[in-house]
Amino acid sequence: MAEASLKKIFKINKKDFVHAGAASINAKNLLKSLNADPKLIRRVAICGYEGEMNVVMHGGEGYLELEIYDDRLCLSITDNGPGIENIERAMEKGFSTASEKFRNMGFGAGMGLPNMKKNSDQFYIESEKMKGTNIRMIYYTSGEGG
Amino acid sequence: MKLIEILEALDAKLLSGEGQLDKEFLTGGASDLMSDILAGVAEDSVFLTGLNTIQAIRTAVVSGVGAIVFVRNKIPPQDLIEMAEEENIPLLSSPYSMFVSCGRLHGKGLTGLDGTR
Repeated sequence: MAEASLKKIFKINKKDFVHAGAASINAKNLLKSLNADPKLIRRVAICGYEGEMNVVMHGGEGYLELEIYDDRLCLSITDNGPGIENIERAMEKGFSTASEKFRNMGFGAGMGLPNMKKNSDQFYIESEKMKGTNIRMIYYTSGEGG
Repeated sequence: MKLIEILEALDAKLLSGEGQLDKEFLTGGASDLMSDILAGVAEDSVFLTGLNTIQAIRTAVVSGVGAIVFVRNKIPPQDLIEMAEEENIPLLSSPYSMFVSCGRLHGKGLTGLDGTR
């Protein structure tokens, strides 16, 4: 596998509600500066943002990693939070374990993970209780998935 | 619909985006749930919400929303207005409820995010 032509890591701080979402916007601005396709930028930004909110919402800290290859882009979000008890349920539209505080901020509709899956070409999720979660999304920029 | 027409239809106050009064809008979406906007095709649409928090602005930035209308006279703090200004997102504050604001824009021809009337 060819090495990424660009790799960038954006930190997501623990319980930092004020800056939650900033990592995704920084990633979005980076892609914009590289003249990436606006539709691709939007899809990546939405996935990053939903993922980042999940990390902050569930009390973990972690990072958002963007890797750019010739034919694809990889976005992964890794955290050391409590992990997901039942991934199948978490992937259901409308299922949420968000706190009241986050619901008041407009989150917790249970659309985060389904939205991330919908906005990526490939979606992988791994989680271990008390250890954390890793979500990896791939976007094809040429060939498969266009 | 031009931004200036939206401003007039909603008797709204313009908080940011003075240079964008001629910006054209075809679709609108209203929600206090950020994922609803993130899940829809919100690009260049009007986003009506009662939530005047930093996450409303970030949701707009991420999803490419063209303008935000805060209903029920809500006004976000000054630093958020400045953030929207930097991101080129016009902010409006309307005295009307979410229901009435939506009705006024729908009546003037705006469609939903998916194009339905």
